[in-house]
Amino acid sequence: MTAAVGSTPVTFLGRAERDLRDDRLRAAVRNATNLMSGSRLDALAGLEDPDGLRDAARTLRAGVMAELPELLDEWSTRFEAHGGHVHWAADAAEATATVRDLVRAQQARTVAKGKSMASEEIHLNDVLEADGVEVVETDLGEFIIQLAGETPSHIIAPAIHHDRYTVADLFAADGGHPVEADIGAEAAYAQVRLRESFLSAGVGVSGVNFAVADTGSICLIENEGNGRMCTSVPKVHIAIMGMERMVRDWSELDVMLGLLARSASGQALSVYTNIITGPRRPGDVDGPDEVHVVVLDNGRSRILGSAFQEALHCIRCGACLNACPVYRQVGGHAYGSVYAGPIGAVLTPLLHQEDPAARELAEASTLCGACWEVCPVRIPLHDLLLQLRQRDAGTDAGRARRLGFTGWSWLWSTRAGFSASTQLGRLGRRLARGRTRLPGWAGKWAEGRELP
Amino acid sequence: MSSAAGEAVVFPTCLVEQLRPELAGTCEALVAAADGVAPRTAHGGACCGQPAWNAGFTAAARRVAGATLRGLRRTNGPIVVPSGSCATMMQRHWPDVFAGTSHEAEARAVAGRVVELATYLDARSPHDAAPSPAATTVTVHDSCHGLRELGVKAQPRRLLAEQGVEVVESEGAERCCGFGGTFCVKLPAVSVAMADDRLDEWTASGIETVVGGDLSCLVHLEGRARRRSLPLRFRHLAEVLRPSGDASANR
Repeated sequence: MTAAVGSTPVTFLGRAERDLRDDRLRAAVRNATNLMSGSRLDALAGLEDPDGLRDAARTLRAGVMAELPELLDEWSTRFEAHGGHVHWAADAAEATATVRDLVRAQQARTVAKGKSMASEEIHLNDVLEADGVEVVETDLGEFIIQLAGETPSHIIAPAIHHDRYTVADLFAADGGHPVEADIGAEAAYAQVRLRESFLSAGVGVSGVNFAVADTGSICLIENEGNGRMCTSVPKVHIAIMGMERMVRDWSELDVMLGLLARSASGQALSVYTNIITGPRRPGDVDGPDEVHVVVLDNGRSRILGSAFQEALHCIRCGACLNACPVYRQVGGHAYGSVYAGPIGAVLTPLLHQEDPAARELAEASTLCGACWEVCPVRIPLHDLLLQLRQRDAGTDAGRARRLGFTGWSWLWSTRAGFSASTQLGRLGRRLARGRTRLPGWAGKWAEGRELP
Repeated sequence: MSSAAGEAVVFPTCLVEQLRPELAGTCEALVAAADGVAPRTAHGGACCGQPAWNAGFTAAARRVAGATLRGLRRTNGPIVVPSGSCATMMQRHWPDVFAGTSHEAEARAVAGRVVELATYLDARSPHDAAPSPAATTVTVHDSCHGLRELGVKAQPRRLLAEQGVEVVESEGAERCCGFGGTFCVKLPAVSVAMADDRLDEWTASGIETVVGGDLSCLVHLEGRARRRSLPLRFRHLAEVLRPSGDASANR
């Protein structure tokens, strides 16, 4: 189990070392990432030309970014014409205040929430709970981590770091009676427990996978049916959407949905594909009276048009996490961010440019390129990580290392200097033989390895 | 890439010169056997500049790479590099390293001549040797940059098979070993855990010898294996291949 929040280490290395000692977490992450990576490969193999489709998807995403303001405008005009409401939020504070006010207006005491990374990004639950509202996470994985008091450790599998035994303990504590460590028994417990919240909730909150400009719709995919419940049973539905979620039309949506489900979980399509085009209409048997979409900027417009724009192309499949050799060892909480893995290591420093702890994540990669290899929209994540390092190298925080590299570069820019360092290296290795404590990088190397 | 035989240049890389200098001669012998004429060894600089480049320090990378570029620009013909990572740095990143400087055109020209060792030898192999009966067994670890940036995958396996070395595949052959340049000393615990991921798979499947195309990965893996007293041996491809064409005695 993860350590209490109060003692969370402040560096990536500190958090990674903590989780590397957790054999149960590592086994759970290893099993799940293996399973998802394998399913992805099988699903893509079923396509005629998966690489061609990924190339096409990359081009489509670039096209959307080139016209993002126009497409958002087109989508919001149509969505409002269908009776929906659109709210624009510059940052997390604006977004959470908007949702809090809408919930207050309903005098809702309970909010049923579907899975939404954007809502995690703005820490919506904290704001609603501080306002006296009970928030119930209804996605099974989110429900588990809510009970554990944790943040998601994977984009599509938030409780990836748990196994059925830790889940049984959490459910038993929640229900006040033993729950068998059996997947079926656990699912049954969650089903009964969560069903009540759909019926009692005054407001349903969800995320948005894509917004379709030419029909003014939003699309939400899921596998448990809880998303459909959250968006259709409560009287009011509020969706939180990152502003980059746009697609032009349904043919573009088709490409993205097929790639997203295959890359995320190896499915040809998710079990539920919800397309919402406004609130309940006269004669509809169900659906909410009001639908609100909160469009979140929160640092995104700063990325748009920059050298890092492709970070906005991400469709949140999580394939890069499953492929990443670093993530596979340390899991998601080591990143200390809502977004983990390679895309998290790129997005977090971009969304929180002032935060040194966020900037540090660009170092959490060997630049091996496994993320780029699996990305459905071919984001060159390893190149973006390198560019982030270049950006940060010029800052004050990089001063000590800059001095070191500058000195090294003068030494190695002549043959005599290089030869001297070769001799020095030989001598150093000879002197170091048999010693356990060594200075500097040699010491770091020797923490787990013999010197060459 | 066309050039007269004997124009080839071997760029040994800094790690080879520092840690295993005899490997430079081994590479030259392999290139000589493939071309029929001995290659030259690059003089002047020693490093492609990658350590600083991957850490984000462009000016330092340019200073070190510039010295190497000055040594190489006076030569002609293919530049053979026994490292997928250094070859990637030179082929793919040098044009960026020198972008906007007076050396940009030169860097592009030199970058266009760089060939990773296995790729070079494979392209020049007649592929007509009767496949030798497999006398020894190894596994190949695919180093990331060679694999993903340069497409080095089949070449070393083909060369080994032709020389009587059986290659058994491991499931995680393409997974990063955790070296990653300065990554291995900035995040040592993570780096070591990544090495263990590879070592555990090889140990569990009874592998004794691991062959790779990058000394950096091999030194890291070997250092970890020795710390754990694991019975694994690590060999650079150039150390396993024989110019005479029978690698099985060289394993």
